[in-house]
Amino acid sequence: MKMSGAEIIIKLLERQGVRTIAGIPGGANLPLYDALGQHGGIKHILTRHEQGAGFIAQGMARVSGKPAVFFATSGPGATNTLTAIADAKLDSIPVICITGQVPLSMIGTDAFQEVDTYGLSVPITKHNFLVRSAEDLLRVIPEAFRIAASGRPGPVVVDVPKDVQMAEIEFDQWPEPGVPDRTPELFAGEIEHAAAMINRAEKPILYLGGGVIQSDSASQAVAVAEKGAIPAAMTLMGLGSIPSGHPLNLGMLGMHAARYTNLALEECDLLIAVGVRFDDRATGKVSEFCPNAKVIHMDIDPSELDKIKTAHASVRGDVADVLKALLPHIERQNRTEWNSRIEALKGAHPMLVPGADDPTSPYGVILKAAELAGDQAIVCTDVGQHQMRTAQVYPFTRPRHWLTSGGLGTMGFGMPAALGAALAAPDKPVICFSGDGSIMMNIQDLATAMEYDIPVKIILTNNNALGLVRQQQDLFYGKRYVASNYGKCVDFMKIADGFGINTYDLGNCDDPEATLARALAAPGPALVHVPVSPDEPVYPMVAPGAANSQMIGGENHV
Amino acid sequence: MCRQTVIELSVNNHPGVMSHICGLFARRAYNVEGIACMPVNGGQTSKIWLLVDADDRLDQMIKQVDKLEDVLIVERYDSGHPVFAKMAEFVQ
Ligand SMILES: Cc1ncc(C[n+]2csc(CCOP(=O)(O)OP(=O)(O)O)c2C)c(N)n1
Repeated sequence: MKMSGAEIIIKLLERQGVRTIAGIPGGANLPLYDALGQHGGIKHILTRHEQGAGFIAQGMARVSGKPAVFFATSGPGATNTLTAIADAKLDSIPVICITGQVPLSMIGTDAFQEVDTYGLSVPITKHNFLVRSAEDLLRVIPEAFRIAASGRPGPVVVDVPKDVQMAEIEFDQWPEPGVPDRTPELFAGEIEHAAAMINRAEKPILYLGGGVIQSDSASQAVAVAEKGAIPAAMTLMGLGSIPSGHPLNLGMLGMHAARYTNLALEECDLLIAVGVRFDDRATGKVSEFCPNAKVIHMDIDPSELDKIKTAHASVRGDVADVLKALLPHIERQNRTEWNSRIEALKGAHPMLVPGADDPTSPYGVILKAAELAGDQAIVCTDVGQHQMRTAQVYPFTRPRHWLTSGGLGTMGFGMPAALGAALAAPDKPVICFSGDGSIMMNIQDLATAMEYDIPVKIILTNNNALGLVRQQQDLFYGKRYVASNYGKCVDFMKIADGFGINTYDLGNCDDPEATLARALAAPGPALVHVPVSPDEPVYPMVAPGAANSQMIGGENHV
Repeated sequence: MCRQTVIELSVNNHPGVMSHICGLFARRAYNVEGIACMPVNGGQTSKIWLLVDADDRLDQMIKQVDKLEDVLIVERYDSGHPVFAKMAEFVQ
């Protein structure tokens, strides 16, 4: 066979099963785009900003669990992708970014649109490549897929100089598509030791994180919880592991957890950490996190074990394998005393949801949208109060239906990630909760939604402020609202209209519930505008750096 | 005086490997006191020796280094390595 580097890339992507790629062309990746056009098997989504392309890829990867690909040209195209790549790194999402680069002979000369993509992406990728010959592509592309999806998943950057894309080479055979490495062998002793500790514990709690979602082991986690009657709390990334209505579900822990969740963790005698990394938003002040508990930590990434908290027992392995191996060793128990203690905590310190019945209130609109969208809906958020409210009250029922920027906390994540989710799961409703600050960060991709008629429903709670920042100023900076209120209002209805998106205003209608229902039922993308007050805090809240037991707000005074 | 340790790495040999390794230490404000690097077996792979202070973050650093795709083998020499003794002669 004789082919150019660009054709080889496109064919290899097809062989990996890639069907949709988001991106933006430019001089340095035009050969790649030309090959994409000639070879036809892959749909391309032309975004309006490369960061949007990166988040579309993330949306596809988070929903499907498979690596997704995006394209950018050299220089500014590549730098525009960095936030989306860093975001994927912190949340362990398998995406592959293929960038164009200036020709090899010009690298290092400050050529037009040259930037050191390799150097810039070293600290924010799982691995990266600067491809030096067309032959190398036959090895590098399958490697990129293997690395992105193996072990703890993560982003990979492949930087391809223009002359490498254009070089024609002869070769005999296609390489095998890259597949994830086999999961590591478990140590039977580690499993038995952990099981013994669990069986002995009187007040154990499961602490489930993104690793449970990534390894598709939510059902095993539920099985372990049920067999041992072990209540389970989840991190922001772990939501969906246990259905919200399940009696053992404790909801999200940490900075914006319900009071009873953090209080139960205070009392537990064994913390069973599964696919979590003891992030400070989850643990609060680490030295005071679960003060009475022994810790078992299960993770595929050995560098997470003992990183933040030294475990009394660690189990290295893919958590799906670990939970499967663990289940037969778990004694069937009722733990009646512990579970009735938890019920008492729930009764005494419930999650208070102001405005739950009002579809024009910040919480109410989330609950009403959930009811109308049904349990198949995929839910995305941006970053802010709306995100934390959604995490607190949305009735999640299954994994891979909750997409949020957990580790990096990137405003601008929600809408393009929702586009990716809708592309990956065209048969499911997709809702995105956003704020007026966040939506601005990638608002240009409303045009992408319109152009490809991607049916995402954006529910914008507009407080004309950077709500979560304002809340911190309210609580910790003497109510000095510096740079967190917008002086004037933007007309989001007109803006969305200008982008060709259907709009619905809950603030200006007779029957908000019916309007919301119409918006969710209508075909195509829609923006639902919900004016809300900037003075509605998200409670409870743990101050950054404080112990989780020191929650502010959300007390039950009855 | 800090106790020092030598980490010996077998790595793929291509431009960029060094920046992955050194970047890892630099990002965590962990100083690398000495570096030696030589290609082995015709240059497909190299050996890198790093002389570092053995503080309590070292175990975590070694796990992080081990995770790098281009790092094939990591060995640790807590009682030093002759490579740095020989090198010391050149910098007296
Ligand atoms: C890119 C980026 N810049 C800044 C921040 C800091 N930040 C966190 S929340 C927030 C306010 C979000 O406001 P909005 O999207 O309107 O949501 P709200 O809190 O009002 O619901 C800001 C500025 C961030 N997370 N991401």
